[in-house]
Amino acid sequence: MTLPVIRVLVRPLSGLLLALSLAACAAGPDPRDPFEPFNRKVSDFNEAVDEAVLKPVATGYRDAVPALVRTGVSNFFGNLGDVWSTVNNALQLKPQQAAESWLRVGVNTVFGMGGVLDVASELRIERHREDFGQTLGRWGVGPGPYVVLPLLGPSTLRDTAALPVDAWGDPVRTVNPASAETGLYVLRAVDTRAKLLRATSMLESVALDKYTFTRDAYLQRRRVEVLNGESGSGAVEDEGNGGAEENYDAEPAPAAPQR
Amino acid sequence: MNRRVFGLQAASLVAALAAAPSTWAADEAPDALIKRLSDELLTVIRTDPAIKAGDINRIMAVVDSKVMPNVNFRRMTAATVGPSWRQATPEQQKRLQDEFKTLLVRTYSGALAQVNDESITVKPLRAAATDTEVVVRSEIRGRGEPIQLDYRMEKTPGQGAGWKIYNLNVLGVWLVETYRSQFSQEINNRGIDGLITALAERNRSNANSNGTARRG
Repeated sequence: MTLPVIRVLVRPLSGLLLALSLAACAAGPDPRDPFEPFNRKVSDFNEAVDEAVLKPVATGYRDAVPALVRTGVSNFFGNLGDVWSTVNNALQLKPQQAAESWLRVGVNTVFGMGGVLDVASELRIERHREDFGQTLGRWGVGPGPYVVLPLLGPSTLRDTAALPVDAWGDPVRTVNPASAETGLYVLRAVDTRAKLLRATSMLESVALDKYTFTRDAYLQRRRVEVLNGESGSGAVEDEGNGGAEENYDAEPAPAAPQR
Repeated sequence: MNRRVFGLQAASLVAALAAAPSTWAADEAPDALIKRLSDELLTVIRTDPAIKAGDINRIMAVVDSKVMPNVNFRRMTAATVGPSWRQATPEQQKRLQDEFKTLLVRTYSGALAQVNDESITVKPLRAAATDTEVVVRSEIRGRGEPIQLDYRMEKTPGQGAGWKIYNLNVLGVWLVETYRSQFSQEINNRGIDGLITALAERNRSNANSNGTARRG
């Protein structure tokens, strides 16, 4: 007697449950970002500091310093970065990339006046930028939740844990007079910010919500960096299936079999 | 009866022959299409004096006329909006498309304004001949490191050049995926009309802020 009643109710009930769960999914937090409220606050703080200090300095740097000098500065720090990339490429068991990174360092330091001239790029020796977070990722450590670090910006739990190792592997750390070391850190920060000025101003006009846009772009970009370690070629996820999207424009297929 | 069957066969043969040349002429291979479009765009950017001066509106006009006909914008918008697309009214869908298109064309044009003497290499296509969806991978090479630029395309036989773009990837970041969370946030807070308003406001403030891009 109860059976037919249940059968009549099952379909509308399951429809209701499905709708509720979908609504919950849509309105709930992003599973990659469980610390979102905290991250948003740190993001706002970073932005305030950026607007007040870093961006004006970087803009002044860009406007006052000739492009040739700025390129030289960028090349110098790029060369130092290549040293650490060599180590990480080796740690990831990528002999060709490690060899190329080492060759870059050699060529640029010897023929490029200590790294100021990027001779290696002229010779088409490809740069394979790697940090310890990518090494960890290569060996199976998942990224973990999205974290925004004070002053340092977007990161993930794994990459934050890798930071001390990156800092240890940073050649600037070995510079002796502490004032020179600090000066180099500051110069590198200003140089990096100046290179990003165009991208960040485009971000203003492109994103509806800067925080989610930065987070999603960062997490996608980071995943590509870890998966293939090269500047974009041959990403595993792009093996034919990247960016595939369901066609919401087409007629929906009938959901449940009709009785 | 034999004559009728023969007549029918002859008619279908003629029809097939008539149809075939037009499909050959219209359908281009997807990687060839991207290469042609990229080269045309780069040529215009390098030679047009207004564009070299940084006029964003001029670039937007060029993108509109050259690139957009090869984009299935309706599908791109639908994918970005997600399941709510099917609940939107046709007027809402049209407005969503228009506002999103203005936003994207402005973004793309802003990026193009920075191009100086870069060249675009299209990588060999890795797809079976019968695939109806492919990813075309290209790279922008210039000073500094190459920038990855990928297009996800669907086969549209007989329409336009035979393939249309519906998703774009820059440096590993897929456009639809990134905008989708932006959109769903707005839709959750203020519904589809709220999303349309937010997009329209963003477009209005972009149009007011600057018509020229800083080069270099």
